[in-house]
Amino acid sequence: MAKDSKKVVDFAAIKADLGKDFKPVQILDNDAKVVNKELMATFSDEQLVDFMKKLVWERALHEQTMNFSRQGRLGFYAPTLGEEASEMGTVSAFKENDFLLPAYRDLPQLIQHGATVAEGYLWSRGHVLGNQFKARAIMPQIIIGAQMVETAGVALGLKKNGEDAVAFSYTGDGGTSQGDTYEGMNFAGAYEAPAVFIIQNNGYAISVPRPKQTAAVTLAQKAVAAGIPSVQVDGMDILACYAVAKEARDFAAAGNGPVMIETLTYRFGAHSSAGDDPSRYRTKEEEQPWFENDPLIRMRKYLTDKGQWSQETEDAYVEECKNSFKDALKDADAVAPEKVTDMLKNTFEVPTPDIAKQIAEFEEKESK
Amino acid sequence: MAKKSYIQAITDGLDILLDEDPKTLIFGEDVGKNGGVFRTTQGLQEKYGEDRVFDTPLAESGILGLAVGLGLTGWRPIPEIQFMGFTFEAIDSIAGQMARMRFRFGGQKNSPVTIRTPFGGGTHTAEMHADNLENFFTGVPGLRVVTASNPYDAKGLIISAVENNDPVLFMENLKLYRSMKDDIPDEKYTVPLDTAKVVREGTDVTIVAYSAEVNESLTVAEKLAKENISAEVIDLRSLSPIDTDTIFASVEKTHKVVVVQEAQKMAGVGAVVASEISEHAIMSLDAPIARVAAPNSVYPFAQAENVWIPNADDIEVKVRETLSY
Repeated sequence: MAKDSKKVVDFAAIKADLGKDFKPVQILDNDAKVVNKELMATFSDEQLVDFMKKLVWERALHEQTMNFSRQGRLGFYAPTLGEEASEMGTVSAFKENDFLLPAYRDLPQLIQHGATVAEGYLWSRGHVLGNQFKARAIMPQIIIGAQMVETAGVALGLKKNGEDAVAFSYTGDGGTSQGDTYEGMNFAGAYEAPAVFIIQNNGYAISVPRPKQTAAVTLAQKAVAAGIPSVQVDGMDILACYAVAKEARDFAAAGNGPVMIETLTYRFGAHSSAGDDPSRYRTKEEEQPWFENDPLIRMRKYLTDKGQWSQETEDAYVEECKNSFKDALKDADAVAPEKVTDMLKNTFEVPTPDIAKQIAEFEEKESK
Repeated sequence: MAKKSYIQAITDGLDILLDEDPKTLIFGEDVGKNGGVFRTTQGLQEKYGEDRVFDTPLAESGILGLAVGLGLTGWRPIPEIQFMGFTFEAIDSIAGQMARMRFRFGGQKNSPVTIRTPFGGGTHTAEMHADNLENFFTGVPGLRVVTASNPYDAKGLIISAVENNDPVLFMENLKLYRSMKDDIPDEKYTVPLDTAKVVREGTDVTIVAYSAEVNESLTVAEKLAKENISAEVIDLRSLSPIDTDTIFASVEKTHKVVVVQEAQKMAGVGAVVASEISEHAIMSLDAPIARVAAPNSVYPFAQAENVWIPNADDIEVKVRETLSY
């Protein structure tokens, strides 16, 4: 038996310390108390009301879209209930010329970045016109993590173009388990490319809870290995999400390389509009504190106390938003159905001989 | 005009592409200072700088994801995947992403990437360094797959591939890299991306092949010529799409056809060629379509590959069988 001796490396102590450096940034806490007065002072009253309106807009979008979905009038849609602060706060920090690479739960950010709601609905229905938006962005990515390696490429392209623009992308807690997420961060880091990777940690990848994804105590620390600065932020605090994303955008745009942000939020409902039942994999006891941590509650209370918001204002705005979504659905309804012929035409720049023959076949079929 | 190897011909083409279009970029593992493990990008970083020709971290999905993103911001990427077996790491970037970009955006956006990668075998490499994955990639809609059987075509094809706005998988044959030399014009020229070439005219039988098997087929044709048997040899050059018109025209003339490929026989290029002929030109045939292909095993360990890879003898047997049908 070897004599007891001092450990060469105290792995247990190292393990216990992993991720300890991360403390979520917060400006307005769940009781609507300002916990960071310095950062709060950077917002004008108009900005604060604008953030409230964005939260209400996304909540209304969620409710109306789920209604349409239940009526069978839309295709795939990923509910965003509970994630309004994380989504609206971060996306508001970026400029029109910045390049967005969203995932499927990021339709609200894509719309805020310049796509129309009608285009969002066409995307949901599976129509190519839903992807032909003016926004500098790609359509929501379905393959988890693919947008992360593409973000590195877009960011490097913007840098080579000499543009004052960054690439910013979203994925979730499950997405951080993908090799592509690490590869994307690592490539962007190696090339000091202007990218902002936003991880919306909403607690679940369909039914698999965040602790089962990884032993890492934070997702933010996953950036450390790629040499990228990262931060955790209270994902229910729209002001903190905005402030952090703006700082990240400015840092990346100034030529300092990429940044990663982990927003701590919660998916209040099911994974998708196709419906899964969260009661199969989580308890009401777990959900309740998160529901009380609703991102709209604190902003509503804060602004109402200041006399800048009221239930009447909110009700009227919800009505206005929902009417605009109904109009958007009418716009989507007015679009002619997708044609196989068009898809064939878009497979290559110039149809190859085999495809040219198939176009002729389908032109006949689809003209009937 | 100078005698150049397959590798040097590709280097020549890349040099012209970098020179003519400031938006072209070459990147991959070891392509910079080292000039690539086969020296295909030799001297290009020195000539065009690290902004245009650069090394990447060692991650294939990252390399091709990077390519997709660069393409979306106006660049014309020419990434290298060091060996074709490594493309397994990047299947989503190829089939799930770059091949779908134009389709997804209805033509509004695209990512004009040309992936260069060495394939084939017969050079006794480590596992996964020799592979014939064309059967796999020719099943990807939106992706062009091309390969040259000689240095002259290699230069002209790489230029066409990069100048084309579709994503192209440009497969470079390992065995041909240093084994043959052609007279290569110094100036720019192109070889069409989707046209097969009749490399030897004949009247008795058609041999359809691509890449290194074209040369094996030509050896057979020359041998048969001494017996007054006239074999026509077609080099597909483009594996997706396949130029069926050239094949049908030849079959209508010779009435007999042997389809040759280095890849496994299962679900592949030769099967498509054979089915196209049986669908559209079967009445021209005087004998069943014959096929020469590797067996359906995993790509063999180095010690067995010379038996596994179809050679001129294997082709000759099938051609004689077909002729005597």
